[in-house]
Amino acid sequence: MAISFTLNGGNQSVDVDPQTPLLWVLRDTIGLTGTKFGCGMALCGACTVHVNGSATRACVTPIATVAGKKVTTIEGLSAHTTHAVQLAWLEIDVPQCGYCQSGQIMAAASLLSKTSKPTDADIDEALKGNICRCGTYGQIRTAVHRAAEIAANGGKA
Amino acid sequence: MSAIAVFDRRNFLRGTVGLALSFLLPEKESRLLAQPGRSARLQPKPSAYIHVGTDDTVTFMITKAEMGQGTVTSLSMLLAEELDCDWKRVKTEFAPVDPSLYGNQGVYGSASIRTLWTPMRQVGATARALLVGAAAAQWNVDAGSLGTDNGFVVNPATGARLSYGSLTEAASQLQIPASVALKDPKDFKLIGKPLKRLDSFGKVNGTAQFGIDARQPGMVYAVLQRCPVFGGKVASFDASKAKAVPGVKDVIETSSGIAVIAVNTWAAMQGRKALAVKWDEGGGAAQSSAKISALFADLVTKPGAEAKKTGDPEKALASASKKLDAVYEAPYLSHAPMEPMNCTAVVTADRCEVWASTQGPTAARETAARVTGLAPEKVKVNTLFMGGGFGRRSGADYVGEAVEVAKAMPGVPVKLTWSREDDMQHDHYRPAAYVKFAGAVDADGWPAVYAAQVACPSFGGGRGGVDSTAVEGIHTLEYAIPHFQVDYHRADVGIPVSYWRAVGYTQNTFFAESFLDELAAAGGKDPVALRRKLLAASPRLLGVLNLAAEKAGWGKPTAGLSQGVAVVNNIGSYTAEVAEVSVVDGKLKVHRIVCAVDCGHVVNPAIVKQQIESGIVYGLSAMKSAITIDQGRVQQGNFDKFTVMRIDEMPKVEVYIVESDKNPGGIGEASVPAVLPAVCNAIFAATGKRIRRMPITEKI
Repeated sequence: MAISFTLNGGNQSVDVDPQTPLLWVLRDTIGLTGTKFGCGMALCGACTVHVNGSATRACVTPIATVAGKKVTTIEGLSAHTTHAVQLAWLEIDVPQCGYCQSGQIMAAASLLSKTSKPTDADIDEALKGNICRCGTYGQIRTAVHRAAEIAANGGKA
Repeated sequence: MSAIAVFDRRNFLRGTVGLALSFLLPEKESRLLAQPGRSARLQPKPSAYIHVGTDDTVTFMITKAEMGQGTVTSLSMLLAEELDCDWKRVKTEFAPVDPSLYGNQGVYGSASIRTLWTPMRQVGATARALLVGAAAAQWNVDAGSLGTDNGFVVNPATGARLSYGSLTEAASQLQIPASVALKDPKDFKLIGKPLKRLDSFGKVNGTAQFGIDARQPGMVYAVLQRCPVFGGKVASFDASKAKAVPGVKDVIETSSGIAVIAVNTWAAMQGRKALAVKWDEGGGAAQSSAKISALFADLVTKPGAEAKKTGDPEKALASASKKLDAVYEAPYLSHAPMEPMNCTAVVTADRCEVWASTQGPTAARETAARVTGLAPEKVKVNTLFMGGGFGRRSGADYVGEAVEVAKAMPGVPVKLTWSREDDMQHDHYRPAAYVKFAGAVDADGWPAVYAAQVACPSFGGGRGGVDSTAVEGIHTLEYAIPHFQVDYHRADVGIPVSYWRAVGYTQNTFFAESFLDELAAAGGKDPVALRRKLLAASPRLLGVLNLAAEKAGWGKPTAGLSQGVAVVNNIGSYTAEVAEVSVVDGKLKVHRIVCAVDCGHVVNPAIVKQQIESGIVYGLSAMKSAITIDQGRVQQGNFDKFTVMRIDEMPKVEVYIVESDKNPGGIGEASVPAVLPAVCNAIFAATGKRIRRMPITEKI
């Protein structure tokens, strides 16, 4: 049975086993590979997307549960890589291998949508579910603060 | 030799006419890069690195794959510095695998910049010379009278300018000069600058293509059930329930297990759960971490193979008045890169194509050729971004597995994805290791004897019974201690091992620098003062030690914190780290790491700083995690039991880089070894308790 939801602002319908996690629907069925597989158990955050605006681990989210909801992936965060978090990430040059960064950016964007001027403790709390084996944590903290400034400045770096 | 080189590289040339350089290039390989059984003699190899399009685009072929260490950016900087092209217009592509052009393209041993520092600049300078030569011919002037400026050849006498793109066809007709002069480093415009990475854009918008992102028309998805016991085999299996799972297309037996092939990864995983497999577990099923540890403890009481000896430690110990014994131990560790192993492959009767995130594209091609029976030239390897490597992706086991499944389905592209559990339970691990130290201090309290019996599985190399990789970090110590000895005890216990970021140093520097601290305490010496005295003849180690101590405020810790120090010389670089920690109610918190590094001439200081921070986090994770074996099985499967550092544990990190005009050392592995002993020595300063066993799982 087809399951319909809004994906990055457009209508999306898929016909898969309703228990299939959103992660694999995005990556394998639809072909949006920016959302990454890391653990399959909501332990690492690499698969973080937004469901109705909230950071959600796509690897443990059955596709049936997003029916009728709004899903945003890294590809849909902004049309031209201009979201405040992305601008800050580029300015600070956060990524190393880059694999976890989609999830980090989506988690950071969700944090800033709720807490416009986060403290280090806020950042740690919001992002401690996102593992980075390259150890970009220090730069992530700096970049989230910078993103908050950019957002406060109307999205201009 | 003709400069004209027409390569069949559609991606590279993109159908445009232009200059592709091919010429003999001496390729130095570090000892880590040397293939087993291959002559270490340096052989010149023709290489192709630069394409200048008629549209003025400059494309660099990156021969060393990118796992975050910055090769795309740093190698481009070396080429662009001498080519004098417009940095803003540089494009890059990963080179195809071609040993005849590029030699071994593996990335390990922090060797990319070390080995390509001079050759890449020579390539850039040669391309520039050809473009200048083409302009000189066009203007009918002496090439020596011309200069270049950001992608143009300029004639200072007339003010005339010609873009590189307008010269590329003519340049490709010219003879390659026998030699070219390289810039004086004081004239560098790019090298030494903290330029932004070239690979960041795609990594913040989801478009960067990692191995796991490969997609081909008609592709199917596979997972593989391997025997949970190392060395075990399939005895029998029943796939009927697996085949009944919606989306499952097929189930096949391979040399390493049972593959389930489906319409998507999830369906394949569900199919695998429904498999009924009987394993022939073999002798490995009796193995356990406790048994391995007991074997180590037994081995170190027996004669070992001498890795290094100065003075007469035995005699000196017998007459010493103040002696010290200590046993240190470290567990197996998984690499746990964020991108689990995976590979996509398609095989037909006469060709094979592979898409992989790999540190060893050359090995990947050889493996695919072996599995398919095709000549290596019939195998095309597409190198994609790695979601971390840390040594795990230097092997090609996962490539071979995917190619084997694809071979069973001719013409159908197959993506084989490892689950996190597959990745963690079928890694090639950082080996467990065990060291029995004996030491003594002299009447003035200075170290007189330092002797180590090292038990560790072998990485496979070594001479005279000594695997130098298993003792590196101990037998490489530069301390002036009169009686010094390191013996190696080979312990092969059937658990696959391989390089883990910083290799033998990861455990051995923890052992070695902790025991040195024990000797300092036994002699009543300050840890920094003691190292200064013993490193008087090692100026670069002494330099980083002094720099780190100064910047950290050694001896005057932040209020409430305690300090520890450790140093290391590995991968051609020198690193000192001072840790500031607190231990409250038995709970450790690492507050600050001050790192001084001397890695010779710095190509990109921003990337050096990134790599130092990265190595510190990777090294600190070793305090938190272990791979343990019971009944031949790895007991950890995911990040719940194999715990790694997270952002809320991130200390403040300060990096200080020594200015140097020496040839570059490596950087990717430089900061990993010293962080753990620096932290443990700080724990001793805080509590008087020695941490001799990893991980730190209990209250301190």
